[in-house]
Amino acid sequence: MRKPKLSTVIDHTILIAGSLFLMLPLLMILQMTTIPDNEIIQTGPSLKIGDQFHHNLEKAMLQASGFSGENTGMSMLKNSFILGIGFAVGKIVIGMTAAYAIVYFRLQFATLAFWLIFTTLLLPLEVRILPSYEVVQRLGMLNTYQGLIIPLIASATATFFFRQFFRSVPEELVEAARIDGAGPVKFFVDILVPLSKTMIAAMFIIMFVYGWNQYLWPTMITTDENMYTLVRGIKQIVQVLEGAVVPEFGRSNVLALVAVVPPVLVVVFFQSWFVKGLTESDK
Amino acid sequence: MKRAGFSTRWLPLLLLLPQLAIIAVFFYWPAIVALHASFYLQDPFGFGSTFVGLDNYTSLLGSSQYRRVAVFTLIFTLLVTVFALALALLLAVKADKVLRGAKTYRTLLMWVYAVAPPVAGFIAVILFNQSWGPLTEVFMLFGHTYMVGVNFNDTAFAMILASVWKQVPVNFIFFLSALQSIPRSVREAALIDNRSASGRFWDVTFPLLAPTGFFLMIINITYALFETFGIVDTVVKGEPGNNPMTLVYKVYVDGFRGNDLGGSSAQSVILMVLVLALTVFQFRLLERRIHYT
Repeated sequence: MRKPKLSTVIDHTILIAGSLFLMLPLLMILQMTTIPDNEIIQTGPSLKIGDQFHHNLEKAMLQASGFSGENTGMSMLKNSFILGIGFAVGKIVIGMTAAYAIVYFRLQFATLAFWLIFTTLLLPLEVRILPSYEVVQRLGMLNTYQGLIIPLIASATATFFFRQFFRSVPEELVEAARIDGAGPVKFFVDILVPLSKTMIAAMFIIMFVYGWNQYLWPTMITTDENMYTLVRGIKQIVQVLEGAVVPEFGRSNVLALVAVVPPVLVVVFFQSWFVKGLTESDK
Repeated sequence: MKRAGFSTRWLPLLLLLPQLAIIAVFFYWPAIVALHASFYLQDPFGFGSTFVGLDNYTSLLGSSQYRRVAVFTLIFTLLVTVFALALALLLAVKADKVLRGAKTYRTLLMWVYAVAPPVAGFIAVILFNQSWGPLTEVFMLFGHTYMVGVNFNDTAFAMILASVWKQVPVNFIFFLSALQSIPRSVREAALIDNRSASGRFWDVTFPLLAPTGFFLMIINITYALFETFGIVDTVVKGEPGNNPMTLVYKVYVDGFRGNDLGGSSAQSVILMVLVLALTVFQFRLLERRIHYT
């Protein structure tokens, strides 16, 4: 066997160190869920693997916590999925239809519509949270799924992405479709949507993760514990840990892990679509 | 628009309607409300408001506290951007170079993309736990008693560390994809011309990565300004006090907690102007980038 070159060894060392830098913190969170709480508060994280994971998982997912005693891990998990999927689907449907209108139709005010829509790319929700909150309050949408999801959709990232993609679709396709007598609806449903499958998948992954990970907006808009998402729940977890005599690290860490695992799995399993979507959407 | 576009009149309007309705209600209305509120002084008990012109802005710019937050945000953004980019570039170059385990490394180095910022902040709080946090113990070896939430610099460091950790994977993905799109012929030509690996990197690879680097710089600045909200909030445990905070966090604290709607709106407007400036800058870079390639 050939002796490995020194530079190769250094390369791998750097890559392994980088991987550990990213991975160790979550392994630590996982380790802490296997140890009883009263032991954790003495020793903190260690290398020991205990047998409390099942107990903590059950406690976090099924037993209620919080002030009103209603939000279990399960209900937060459900809300997170509703937010993630609702946001992704809403964004894709609205983005695709708007992009279709902009790219494929002769519109008199196309330029105006384009600028109205794409100005939204410039200002993230974070800079207009307070007035957005007021608007949602005035519409009576606090503590509702609509109030949670729709204001987040009010930006044109997906529209911009699909516009770029539609423009790269060969023009001969529309011409051929028109010669064959296909109308705009038929062309969209039978040709453009099937053609965009990979793009839709990539966009879905990115948007799902983005929606799932929302923190500031859910924190403001949901005060009812039944409406908490897992990521929103982190705020409460931190506050409860601070005030407790015996902080329940087992429960809190399980919830933190449950908040991380679904989006991570999606990203890891659909890696190639995700990377393609990410690097192409921002060009 | 495509040349062979459809000319139906009502359909495109119908298709555009959902998008336009949503942005009208949830984008333009709030933006106008913010702009409007920034010129008014709200009665704290909710009985109307008085027009005060630019008072909210001048009192902000004159406030030493606001300036302190602005300076911290600047330093924070700078450090997060520099470290997140440098680490990601190093890892991407190595991941592009190795033959064995390239795919495994790629997965291991990108999955943190999907971790929510407040979870990163939560992890930092545990790492720096006062009594047994692993990193607290490391600092203890150097004789420093680490206190997140009490000591300003300690809290700031925890925020920066968590923010860099969370951002390295995004940068890694973009750098790696840029590296992989460098044509084989260019690499081979460079290999013939330049024997030293580091020389090849700085003379050939680095300039080719520059457009991606500029683009990522903007992405990272935006990230540090806005998306780190969850990290800041969890690291300070919802108690701003004398802790370091970013400009976005201050908008939230003043407006939502302090009920200072006018002041908070003026801050929002200042941030909007900042983002617009960044975007214009980004567009100019993008234009230049098109000329290069």
